[in-house]
Amino acid sequence: MNKDLHNYIIQLGDNSLILGHRISEWCGHGPVLEQDIALTNIALDHVGQARMYYQLAATMEPGKTEDDYAYLRTVTEYKNLLLLEQENKDFGYTIARSFYYDQFHLLILRVLKSCGNKDLSEIAAQAYKEVSYHCRFSSDWVKRLGDGTEESHRRIQRALDEFFPYTAEFFAPSEADNYMAGKYGVDLSKLSSQWSVIVENIVREATLTMPTTPYPQLGGKQGRHSEKLGFILTELQYMQRTYPNSTW
Amino acid sequence: MKDWPLYEVFIRSKAGLHHRHVGSLHAADDTMAIEHARDVYCRRNEGVSIWVVKSDDIVANDPAESDALFNPAENKVYRHPTFYDLPDNVKHM
Amino acid sequence: MDNLKEKAFQDKIDQDTRIEPKDWMPENYRKALIRQISQHAHSEIVGMLPEGNWVTRAPNLRRKVALLAKVQDEAGHGLYLYAAAETLGVSRDDLIDQLHTGKAKYSSIFNYPTISWADMGTIGWLVDGAAIMNQVPLCRCSYGPYARAMVRVCKEESFHQRQGYEILLTLSRGTEAQKQMLQDSVNRWWWPSLMMFGPSDSDSPHSAQSMAWKIKRFSNDELRQRFVDACVDQARILGVTLPDPDLKWNEERGHYDFGEIDWDEFWQVVKGHGPCNKDRIETRVKAYEDGAWVREAATAYAEKQAKRKEKVA
Repeated sequence: MNKDLHNYIIQLGDNSLILGHRISEWCGHGPVLEQDIALTNIALDHVGQARMYYQLAATMEPGKTEDDYAYLRTVTEYKNLLLLEQENKDFGYTIARSFYYDQFHLLILRVLKSCGNKDLSEIAAQAYKEVSYHCRFSSDWVKRLGDGTEESHRRIQRALDEFFPYTAEFFAPSEADNYMAGKYGVDLSKLSSQWSVIVENIVREATLTMPTTPYPQLGGKQGRHSEKLGFILTELQYMQRTYPNSTW
Repeated sequence: MKDWPLYEVFIRSKAGLHHRHVGSLHAADDTMAIEHARDVYCRRNEGVSIWVVKSDDIVANDPAESDALFNPAENKVYRHPTFYDLPDNVKHM
Repeated sequence: MDNLKEKAFQDKIDQDTRIEPKDWMPENYRKALIRQISQHAHSEIVGMLPEGNWVTRAPNLRRKVALLAKVQDEAGHGLYLYAAAETLGVSRDDLIDQLHTGKAKYSSIFNYPTISWADMGTIGWLVDGAAIMNQVPLCRCSYGPYARAMVRVCKEESFHQRQGYEILLTLSRGTEAQKQMLQDSVNRWWWPSLMMFGPSDSDSPHSAQSMAWKIKRFSNDELRQRFVDACVDQARILGVTLPDPDLKWNEERGHYDFGEIDWDEFWQVVKGHGPCNKDRIETRVKAYEDGAWVREAATAYAEKQAKRKEKVA
């Protein structure tokens, strides 16, 4: 098995699963019924993508299933970005987290869509359509909240500021990222400036201020997570851990 | 705090068909109304095109005047093909 | 004058002509509909909570997406129903306020806790099953917007019961612990599911008028009997025992006889003393209050955008 490629696929799957899991926590608690439904659609997109990546990873590792990756790995084996495991807190934080990530996600998928790995490019092509919509959703909300009321402006600015230090991890390559850059030209360093331009434009249009960071938060891709992931896995894996070796 | 405005949603289920009224929803603005329509009424591949219009902007007739509006059409049977008698051996008409 | 109108109205209903929002209707018909439709909408929205509970704990990814999609459908159904109620001249905000202040009711079944994964299956099988029994006839109810909403609801609902039953089938073929989980869940949900059809016909105050108006098409007891009859075989396939020693086939009636429902429990839960009444409403109120600044922001933004557009034009 190609360990780097496998790790890369798992990294993608973990990002999708953990963000999808977080967004799914909104189900039944949204600010308005229509948005409850919208958020759940997005959560379903992410979990659906996670399944595609895990299923692909499972084809490389005989005997594994998608659920083994989701339900039977420990915190340190998870490779998702730190940003994505951060709590929903309020709608503003949820939007800020998605906004930063969606824009990055779309850039990555654009490259993956036409990369030389057929399996990945197929998944990326499907995901690209979904994530285009995610970008529209989260950036529209950044504008609404930024240019809405005084309160919403304050809240979304605070969320953008607080989550910004995590965005550096998007562009800090793991070994798997380096492999993908060398082998398939999925080069993170090229995406960084594109991402900044897109994000800054929307932030400015939303009458908000682009945050700066004195010190980046890194480590998710290497399994060094925040305290939050443990609690996510506690819930996520509750059934599989309590009743091992059962079919559901 | 008042509700967001109510919109009526019309969906074209596939190319070649009319848009059909499918229901309503609330949205703060037109863009959001389209997005909500997509999220609420197209979760199962129901549509290829969406129209939304603020419910307040729809002009409807008064049902009390229904007789005056619709009844006069009832006795104009000559507008329908079955009004005209043709022998059975005339085909394709 | 009103008598004549009322006669014409009842004639329309008797001929199965649908009533539409702008048509004349007796004030009591409007009130009864608002009460019934909003109760129904509230049930969908509160009904998201006991299952939403398990979205983050679903035992595998396939179950997770199915459950999430199902709970989302309930939000959709609540939305269609609120919209149907709104055609009668009441705002969604007012309806939600009635829910939050306890003026409006919702189905009591959602005041019971979901304490195991099997409950996701049982809710799908029994609770959605009972709901479908209630809802299918409403696709032909006399009020157009309600009937149309119900057609949509029923179409979407069809996967819900199967989703639940499949969960239970899997448990029934599983380990001893899974089988126990299944039986325990059915034990807890069976009686509350029977209560979903409402009080016995003799104790159902609004029933006769609702039937005449065709906003209700079968009596509570009729539907309950139908439900029991349908469940017995389904329970057998699952290998579970329905927790009613009096349940047995009655050759003469051609139906299953079943035991007496604990009506005291039913009324206590209706009055707010069920295990989860307070939690459910608190959760809804919190979601609504936490969302206020978001709704206000979108309104403010829309107003600003509209003004900008005006300036350009």
